Amino acid sequence: MNFLIGAFKPACNISITFSDGKTRKQVPMKKENGQTVMVPLFQSQENIAGKISIEPFQGKKIEHNGVKVELLGQIEMFFDRGNFYDFTSLVRELDVPGEIYERKTYPFEFSTVEMPYESYNGVNVRLRYVLKVTISRNYGASIMEYQDFVVRNYSPPPSINNSIKMEVGIEDCLHIEFEYNKSKYHLKDVIIGKIYFLLVRIKIKNMDLEIRRRESTGSGANTHVETETLAKFELMDGAPVRGESIPIRLFLSPYELTPTHRNINNKFSVKYYLNLVLVDEEDRRYFKQQEITIYRLQES
Amino acid sequence: MIADGVEDEEKWLAAGIAGLQQNAFYMHRALDSNNLRDALKYSAQMLSELRTSRLSPHKYYELYMRAFDELRKLEMFFKEETRRGCSIIDLYELVQHAGNILPRLYLLCTVGCVYIKTKEAPAKDVLKDLVEMCRGIQHPVRGLFLRSYLAQVSRDKLPDIGSEYEGDADSVVDAVEFVLQNFTEMNKLCYTACQSFILLADPELRLAVGLSGLQGPAREKEKREKERSELRDLVGKNLHVLGQIEGVDLDMYKDTVLPRVLEQVVNCKDELAQYYLMDCIIQVFPDEYHLQTLDVLLGAFPQLQPTVDIKTVLSRLMERLSNYAASSADVLPEFLQVEAFSKLNNAIGKVIEAQPDMPTLGVITLYSSLLTFTLHVHPERLDYADQVLGACVKKLSGKGKLQDNKATKQIVALLSAPLEKYNDIVTALKLSNYPRMMEYLDSETNKVMATVIIQSIMKNKTRISTADRVEALFELIKGLIKDLDGSPDDEVDEDDFKEEQNSVARLIQMLYNDDPEEMFKIICTVRKHILAGGPKRLPFTVPPLVYSSLKLVRQLQSQEENPFGEEESTTPKKIFQLLNQTVETLSNVPAPELALQLYLQCAEAANDCDLEPVAYEFFTQAYILYEEEISDSRAQVTAIHLIIGTLQRMHVFGVENRDTLTHKATGYSAKLLKKPDQCRAVYACSHLFWVDDQDNIKDGERVLLCLKRALRIANAAQQMSNAARGSTGSVTLFVEILNKYLYFYEKGNPQINVAAIQSLIELITTEMQSETSTPDPAADAFFASTLRYIEFQKQKGGAVGEKYEPIKV
Repeated sequence: MNFLIGAFKPACNISITFSDGKTRKQVPMKKENGQTVMVPLFQSQENIAGKISIEPFQGKKIEHNGVKVELLGQIEMFFDRGNFYDFTSLVRELDVPGEIYERKTYPFEFSTVEMPYESYNGVNVRLRYVLKVTISRNYGASIMEYQDFVVRNYSPPPSINNSIKMEVGIEDCLHIEFEYNKSKYHLKDVIIGKIYFLLVRIKIKNMDLEIRRRESTGSGANTHVETETLAKFELMDGAPVRGESIPIRLFLSPYELTPTHRNINNKFSVKYYLNLVLVDEEDRRYFKQQEITIYRLQES
Repeated sequence: MIADGVEDEEKWLAAGIAGLQQNAFYMHRALDSNNLRDALKYSAQMLSELRTSRLSPHKYYELYMRAFDELRKLEMFFKEETRRGCSIIDLYELVQHAGNILPRLYLLCTVGCVYIKTKEAPAKDVLKDLVEMCRGIQHPVRGLFLRSYLAQVSRDKLPDIGSEYEGDADSVVDAVEFVLQNFTEMNKLCYTACQSFILLADPELRLAVGLSGLQGPAREKEKREKERSELRDLVGKNLHVLGQIEGVDLDMYKDTVLPRVLEQVVNCKDELAQYYLMDCIIQVFPDEYHLQTLDVLLGAFPQLQPTVDIKTVLSRLMERLSNYAASSADVLPEFLQVEAFSKLNNAIGKVIEAQPDMPTLGVITLYSSLLTFTLHVHPERLDYADQVLGACVKKLSGKGKLQDNKATKQIVALLSAPLEKYNDIVTALKLSNYPRMMEYLDSETNKVMATVIIQSIMKNKTRISTADRVEALFELIKGLIKDLDGSPDDEVDEDDFKEEQNSVARLIQMLYNDDPEEMFKIICTVRKHILAGGPKRLPFTVPPLVYSSLKLVRQLQSQEENPFGEEESTTPKKIFQLLNQTVETLSNVPAPELALQLYLQCAEAANDCDLEPVAYEFFTQAYILYEEEISDSRAQVTAIHLIIGTLQRMHVFGVENRDTLTHKATGYSAKLLKKPDQCRAVYACSHLFWVDDQDNIKDGERVLLCLKRALRIANAAQQMSNAARGSTGSVTLFVEILNKYLYFYEKGNPQINVAAIQSLIELITTEMQSETSTPDPAADAFFASTLRYIEFQKQKGGAVGEKYEPIKV
């Protein structure tokens, strides 16, 4: 039995370690099977360096046509499963064809890697970065090992960040004016605002502020749009009277937001909206959606 | 249907409590294990039970109180968390992550309190944030309870003067601002709540009418009203908090607090709420503030809804001010300084003008309170009191007599107030509008009021000593003095009537002045009034007047000894003339017995004044009455004895007059119907001829004649009785005559001798032993004691003993 198992087992153990693996920040990442693993975090223009060690199992030797490591930036559309689109692909040859009898360690380095897009794990699309080690063999399948890592890119606070202010309404029925203090929020930001009721002729039951994520993938006729409500935050309970102003204070930190992604490699976009919803006593919904931009602010 | 509603509500409440307790249990577990995340989660879930719309405020309150208790535990936990190093600012943010607004805000308020306690941020900022955030709850009931929670937990954390949270110079302003804002918002919510109740109640009302007849809606409405008032209590709490902020000084109250609060009250436009809040303002803030801001406060009243029960509120205000004034004399100058009276008076005028529909009761209540106020504050300003009454009269004019029971009761209270205050009707008599006020009472109440006045006089022993006042007084109590037009006599209870008239009689006795001139005037005035009283009253009122007059006569008589008496215009003669006329009125009643008594009293007084013609005239009148009016035999007996008694004491008459009168009296005596009465009257007449202290009236012969005649009558009586019943009557009459004999014998009447006495004794003994006589133990005892007397006199010895010696028993 041992023999049999040995036959199907990979012939070697490949491990990928990053040179600053001990100090580098690790972030959780959800794998396809639903498990969450901790993976290192990088940002664009960083050096990605480390060691790859290949250790054949006892008494085995690996004959190969060469060992290489690739840094891949992939966009994976779920409706087009299995087809990865690599927008970044860097290769380092680690070894010339030969044989490996014992544990062998290769250092590697990708310096100042351009990683313009952030890792993203959406409903229909996934953008991921991965290190891929390939031991090519003449016979049998090549031995491959993957190491995911996450990329986050930080933006400075925008120089122009106007408030969103708008008056909406249904004639002779409801007029409100709302104001959000900014149009661009960072991930740990807080939305401050106010809703003024200029005219209320309907019996409002409550009012919520929703954060909606709109993920659109593909292009042209194949565009898939997926909208998720990430947050449903009750702003008001009961029917306001005319002239009332209701405060908004919504902390973004508890929600799993990502920065806004616009037209990533012509493949997908992720946009965020604030949706103000008023529900009347007959459960009719009146809403107004406003796009906000979310960015990642460098944590100090 | 309604019953179902109530049951459902019970069920919902039970479910709410169960949910709350369950989450509270998990929350406790989280608290015990210091698990902040779970604590927040379960507390938010627990508070979610308060999101229900199914409960009436009353039931909701029950749920709220449970949540309140749980939140105290959470607050303790938060406090410990911060001590363990958890940043309060983080905590403050963390609770705001809750998605549902109601739990979020409850938690926020709870953490907010801890925040203030840590003093990491100025109390005012935190409070401001809290009160602002609470705007998110616009649902009336939930909002009211949330804000009430805020008010309650923040109460000891206001940056008041002397509080540990006191910040910079203006911190009191912030505290006030906070409370005012919360109050404002709650007021708005309450208004919405009340309105939605009206809306809510409506379909239910219709339903109820269909299902349970007419009882349902009334009950339902009552329930709604009750719930509305419960909500108002929540709002009112803010005012209590405001009242407790020590830093609110008069200036701030005047400039900020009061105008803002009043603005809210005026804006809320709900009659009950306005009433309640005005009342709160009045009760919560100190009296001196009210006094100093009277303008502003009163200015708000006309702006209230026309249906607000202003009268009660204003009355309470005045009551408070009255008590304040009464509390110390030092504050009175303040009242004068702010011209409290005229302001209140104006305000009342305006309110009454603004609310033309106000029931009379309301008007009177208002004036009654104002009156109490002026009496307390300006006891010396009678003109104020009169002004109040005048205004009230003006309001009432044109409305005729009041039919409303409560209103009349109020008038009685209004009119009694000055009496109680001054303890002196004399002061009240100076109020020219007082009697005009009384005209608005129906005769029944008028009487009650009159009785009150009289009782006040009695109680305080007030002396009414001038004719003018008497005039005024009788004007006031005329309800008792005469029949008011249209009042139905026949319904008056006899006992009540007597009671009333007796009190009038007592009152007449209280009228007194040392100066005869004035006293005479008083008497004339009283007479004028009581003569209008009609036949039913005269028997009660004339006697005290007569006695009062006679008292004056006696007073004059004693003064006549001094030389100044000469110039007086009031002479006994004049009084007697008046008396004559007065007593004469009784003949119309008719009350002959009473008139006779009074004539005799007058005669006796005239006798003392040596006015023979007058005395004679009175006797004549008495005799005429006896002859013409007194026909009842029993009354005759009484009358004749009175006549004899009085006549016996008269010394003013000359021989001729006296003869005429005694002759008449004896004649009357002999003509009485029953023999025993005859007999007794006749032997009583014997005294008319023998007056012990007057030597000229000692006619022994006539005495004897009388006695003999009496004896004859007694005999005749015996025989009549024998003939009619077959047995002789008692010997009492004989014994009585024997006693007369003994009297005159003892007094030295020469005509009475031992033999006569002796034979009379024998006669009695024989009679008693005769077979036909009826045994009469009383008569036997009488006789025995008479004989014992004789024995006793004998044994005394001396002149008397000698005199009796010859009599053999």
